[in-house]
Amino acid sequence: MPHAVSTGTTIVAVEYAGGVVIGADSRVSTGTYISNRASDKITPLSDNAFLLRSGSAADTQLVSDYVRHMVHQHESQLQRPIDVPTVANLVMQIGYNNKNALSAAAMLVAGYDAATRQGHVYAVPIGGTMVRQKYAIDGSGSIFIYGYCDSEYKDDMTREEAESFVAEAIALAMSTDGSSGGVVRLVTVNEDGIFRRLHAGDKSVPRFGEEKDVHKDLTDKANAMQT
Amino acid sequence: MSSVGAGYDLSSTTFSPDGRVFQVEYAQKAVDNSGTVLGLRVRDGVVLAIEKPVISKLAVPGANRRILSADRSVGMAGAGLAADCRMVVNRARGECQNYKHFYGSAMPTEVLAERIASYVHLFTLYWSVRPCGASTLVAGCDQSGGERTPQLYLVEPNGVVQRFYGTALGKARQSAKSEIEKLDLSSMSAKEAVKAAAKIIYQVHDESKDKQFELEMTWIAPETDYEHRRVPADMLAEAEAEAKAAIEAMDE
Repeated sequence: MPHAVSTGTTIVAVEYAGGVVIGADSRVSTGTYISNRASDKITPLSDNAFLLRSGSAADTQLVSDYVRHMVHQHESQLQRPIDVPTVANLVMQIGYNNKNALSAAAMLVAGYDAATRQGHVYAVPIGGTMVRQKYAIDGSGSIFIYGYCDSEYKDDMTREEAESFVAEAIALAMSTDGSSGGVVRLVTVNEDGIFRRLHAGDKSVPRFGEEKDVHKDLTDKANAMQT
Repeated sequence: MSSVGAGYDLSSTTFSPDGRVFQVEYAQKAVDNSGTVLGLRVRDGVVLAIEKPVISKLAVPGANRRILSADRSVGMAGAGLAADCRMVVNRARGECQNYKHFYGSAMPTEVLAERIASYVHLFTLYWSVRPCGASTLVAGCDQSGGERTPQLYLVEPNGVVQRFYGTALGKARQSAKSEIEKLDLSSMSAKEAVKAAAKIIYQVHDESKDKQFELEMTWIAPETDYEHRRVPADMLAEAEAEAKAAIEAMDE
């Protein structure tokens, strides 16, 4: 098979005190060729829930199309916005029922329910697993930021804290992972609506070794431990 | 054919010249002859009650239930042919399971009622089947956010669904309905509704025709953690005693 179009990716989703922040890089690779340097891997599934796609672009786009269709039908019948856990369950059902046809792809579902005033982050890889998490990371770049996330994640962050946590995590992964890159796309979902932000690939994106305060803190901590 | 307009009641696939489907109307008659069934939707729950005639002195009390559960918090009371009621409830159980499996959350009562209605409606469309001789009251308590909303629906043999604060089916439906209208359902608690339902069932019971009956009653309330349960024996006995006393007082 020729190289499949793949979103060798870094995706991050985190729940904070009043909603969720999700983020992704923007690189799409076809083998070694970057076929899109500014793609959007944050796909809306409903008015309040998003799918973060990693792995095969074709497969995950198809999953999101099916789920959007089902969400639409469901909301028409119920005459109210769908719940985020229900959206995640639909992604899981498609992933489970087609585990032999879909190539390995990790997807995250995240969103905010106005009815329950509750943010939700679900890890939903192909195969049928569905796990609710406080924060979730995935994609090829995620392996480089487990340490960062483990040490920097806090329960009940503010919106600002959560946004810089996600942006920084993705920026760090992009600087190390060859298949992650481009820009950092951020989406915040809360009571007031949906807010999109973009960090272009200039000085606003830190790299390993030249990070902003957080990483200076980390380095300081590490140095302190050594002495 | 002996006269114009005759012979149109043999199949549900043929309309009569004045636009009726007699077989479906006959199915409704089967429901109307049933023991009285009552549904009350109140402030914090739903109560289902049924007047079940005792067919034999050898029948085991509490057996042959007519109010069944379709899901943890969905109750269904059937009027009409018992076997048809059971068929409908079995279908409802399947629908609830299926919904929960696919969407990961409990089926909203309205969606369930509509699906049951679509199911019984199918039996009015083909010559190879007879219409469903059962009406069902579907009681549920939907959760949206932290709120619980009590729901009561009626599904008729013709496939119609209706949403109610309170309604009655069977023999004494007319007098039962006018008694329900006297209640202040929106401010009543489920606990109070249990007593009110018992009282109405005893009140509308026709002693000259049916001597013995058993009162079967279930509820969905804060007391049951919003699950569909039978009213506890002691509570039922108390409600029945109060109902009998009230009726004796009225007779005097």
